[in-house]
Amino acid sequence: MRRAILAIALVLFLSVPVFSQTVTIGFTISQTGKLNVDSLEQFRGFELWRDQVNAAGGIRVGDKSYKIEFKNYDDESNGQHVQQLYTRMILNDKAEFLLSPYSSGLTATAAIVSEQYGKIMITTGAAEDKTYKLGDRYLFQMFTPASDYLTSALDALKAKDAKARLAFVYSDDSFSNAVATAGKAYAQKIGLNVVFDEAYSPETMDFSPLIDKVIAAKATALVGGGHYADGATLARQLYTQKAGLKFIALLVAPDSPKFVELGEAAYGVAVPSQWEPQTTFKPQLGPTGAEFAKAYEAKYKAPPSYESAGGYAAGLVLQHALEQAGSVDTAKVAAALNATDTVTFYGQVKFATAPGEHGLQIGHTMMLAQWQKDKSGQLVKQVVWPIAGKTANLIYPIH
Amino acid sequence: MSGVMASLIDGLLLGAVYGLAAMGLSLIWGVMDVINLTHGATIALGMFALYLLCGSFTVSPYLLLLPILAGGFLLGVIIYWIAVHRVVGQSQLMSLLSTFAVNMVIIGLGTTVWGTSPYNINFSVPGFSLGRYTFTGNHLLAGLAAVLIAGALHLVLYRTRMGKAIRAVADNRDAAELMGVPSARILMAAFGIGIALAGASGGLVATLFPFTILSGGAYELKSFVVTVLAGLGNPFGALLAGILLGLLEGAVTPFIAVSWIPAIEFGLFVLALVLFPRGLFSTTRSA
Repeated sequence: MRRAILAIALVLFLSVPVFSQTVTIGFTISQTGKLNVDSLEQFRGFELWRDQVNAAGGIRVGDKSYKIEFKNYDDESNGQHVQQLYTRMILNDKAEFLLSPYSSGLTATAAIVSEQYGKIMITTGAAEDKTYKLGDRYLFQMFTPASDYLTSALDALKAKDAKARLAFVYSDDSFSNAVATAGKAYAQKIGLNVVFDEAYSPETMDFSPLIDKVIAAKATALVGGGHYADGATLARQLYTQKAGLKFIALLVAPDSPKFVELGEAAYGVAVPSQWEPQTTFKPQLGPTGAEFAKAYEAKYKAPPSYESAGGYAAGLVLQHALEQAGSVDTAKVAAALNATDTVTFYGQVKFATAPGEHGLQIGHTMMLAQWQKDKSGQLVKQVVWPIAGKTANLIYPIH
Repeated sequence: MSGVMASLIDGLLLGAVYGLAAMGLSLIWGVMDVINLTHGATIALGMFALYLLCGSFTVSPYLLLLPILAGGFLLGVIIYWIAVHRVVGQSQLMSLLSTFAVNMVIIGLGTTVWGTSPYNINFSVPGFSLGRYTFTGNHLLAGLAAVLIAGALHLVLYRTRMGKAIRAVADNRDAAELMGVPSARILMAAFGIGIALAGASGGLVATLFPFTILSGGAYELKSFVVTVLAGLGNPFGALLAGILLGLLEGAVTPFIAVSWIPAIEFGLFVLALVLFPRGLFSTTRSA
């Protein structure tokens, strides 16, 4: 009798449908601190991807369906917290895969932990090259590297005015320094005249002294900035102090939809961009740019920035690798990522596999966007470079 | 016009705001021997107060400094009774800890309510141009308002009965008590005035630059440098020292990278402590 009951119980147990399993993805967000605007937009990209994938039944890995679960914490824009929290996510929360925090500095810290524990981390919002040149095996970069960040802006400037007097004014953080160093080398290579070069503390709130120096150097074009808070302040003060520049390209800040709050000070400011909603890549996987932007706006009542697009695309690439690997095993998924060469709404994605630069993004390219006015006088961002993908002509000079 | 001259004018205008910010810290330090670590947080509250008032009333932000001064005074009175009254006269560590705790509470609440994204007050007064350099009206008016508020403090301290009482308590609390001065109430008023000045300087800074609840920290540090330069407990010396600090920033920035400014300022802080321990504008009181 007891055997019969056990047999029935076993049959009943085996006949229960296989529930989809869970894949845990860990990351930190800068909900507070100086990186919170950019970081929140990146997080929204992650979140939208998760919600859409889960609503569609999860990620199909082999013959199983995996539901995505996030484990995330506020890193307060602080590298020390990043180190503690990534360790906690791996050891306590059992995160199987990781996404990066926002910014090159925080990602460099997170990468030490992810590599130490042999966890795959897809990085987004982290463009600095050197993190990927340390021999890491499980780090994969979504953003175009910092060394190529200003190429589009400088090419556009050169095309309009080869005699421009160029000032570099940039935040003294690892990402902006890397971008500016590569930018200066490129400017010299293409024959632009760099007349001023100075870094400022990321906490700077008053740019008057620097702007006075830019004016004294008789600069006609300015390239630089850093992240949202300093970039928005710099743009505002360049406008109120009538610096009289013909061309301004700032990193990161002008890409945020919040930048429009600066009003007239935003007009004409250009931003090297990883992605813009108007771009028309034909995706081999995931939604089109228009579909992504529509879903994003419906959920967050705001247009997506390139940080949001990078966040969503990071999820998409991880999902693609899991599907290709047919397993959640780290080594197999890493091999699938190494073999990835695909196009999403965000553009081409391909990772370097050479040991000295493993994980560096080599497929994706930058564009230049500029705040212009539409027919009704509203500020809108237009793609102005490369010429093949432009939606409007570059306004030059802006003043 | 040379870049150095432009930089000096910018420094002078901003220096007046530094001076006003430091006057509050200096007054409290001088009168009750309390190093007020809520200073930065109350400067930031002044910024947000102006932001909220500008959203509600369509009058000049400079007029809105009056309710900020009144609100700052009231907040100062509340902080005094909660965190300062019991520690006046005790070791400075006690008042440091207690005001630091209030500072953390304000910053914690502020972060919850406003986050740490920068806020802007979209308001600009036309300025004037000299050659290729433009000086915004906001900077000019902020400098002027700082001097006017400092003048008003002078009137309060030297032309009113309460001011006389504040000075008496600062000189010798026991003697003042013997003369019938209610010293606890006078200390409360002095603390209130100190916080009102911090709030007003925050309001002025908010007309110049974007800000977050954490922005007061930078001005708190500058206030310490200014207070030490001026001599502890010397509010008008603080205004002068603030202007001096602004001019110094203006004078050196054309020649060195701006990231060196904090190093120079704190170098000066140490030098002032060593060479002029009573401050450049010291009164007869001992530091």
